[in-house]
Amino acid sequence: MVQSYVPLSYYLLLSGFLFACGVVGFLIKRNIITIFMSIELMLNGVNLSFVAFAAHWHALAGQVFVFFVMVVAAAEASVGLAIIIAVYRTRETLNVDQVNLLKL
Amino acid sequence: MHLFLFLTFGAVCVGGAVNLLAQRHPINSALSLIAVMAALAGEYLLLGAEFVAAVQVIVYAGAIMVLFVFVIMLLNAGEEELTKGSRVATLLGVPGMLTGSVLTAWAVLRYSGTEAVAIGALPGPPKDLAQLLFHDFLLPFEVTSVLILIAIMGAVVLASKPERAEGEAK
Repeated sequence: MVQSYVPLSYYLLLSGFLFACGVVGFLIKRNIITIFMSIELMLNGVNLSFVAFAAHWHALAGQVFVFFVMVVAAAEASVGLAIIIAVYRTRETLNVDQVNLLKL
Repeated sequence: MHLFLFLTFGAVCVGGAVNLLAQRHPINSALSLIAVMAALAGEYLLLGAEFVAAVQVIVYAGAIMVLFVFVIMLLNAGEEELTKGSRVATLLGVPGMLTGSVLTAWAVLRYSGTEAVAIGALPGPPKDLAQLLFHDFLLPFEVTSVLILIAIMGAVVLASKPERAEGEAK
């Protein structure tokens, strides 16, 4: 075993920072694709804390949950990008400020 | 050495995440997100999660981000224009993030102590993970396959031409 240690709190700090960046991107970005990427950033931050806790508690189930989160993220990305394409086709814009009606 | 590697990958993560916020063009944001994901795969390797690191590179940095870049190029997305709403959101959001980050950092450092993660101590080779995934979590694993199938069908229906979708509905 390698005799080198990184405190768990460092991983949690990095994870929290990534999540916070995702939240801010979600709030301040106006391009719908960039907003979607901010959501992916949030999911990545959560994944990091899952893996860090799995290592800390010696519980492999945490990694299995990361796997499930990735599966859900992949499904979400495919459906979400299809929705973005449909929105662009009807409105000719990617700016979320101009997408304020459910039906044209 | 491991602390040095952690700090290196962590610096790439932080820089990529901040760059994602700073860039105005979506393709630049997408490329910095790829950098974040690749660096996160390095962090997973440091934590002994080999399978998760491989899946992170293949699925996240590979498949999902290719989909993003493809859609950005397909829709010819240009620079985003700033609006009144986005200025208000910047004014409120950035101080909010700073406050939240400081509070979270304080809470984590205050209450979690300094117990260290033993690098490489996790019994996490893919063999053990597969035992868990295909034995204890078999039902959720099978349910995710149904989820993926539904997502594929939904993406096809949503992204197909509107007149064809109407024709199928009749």
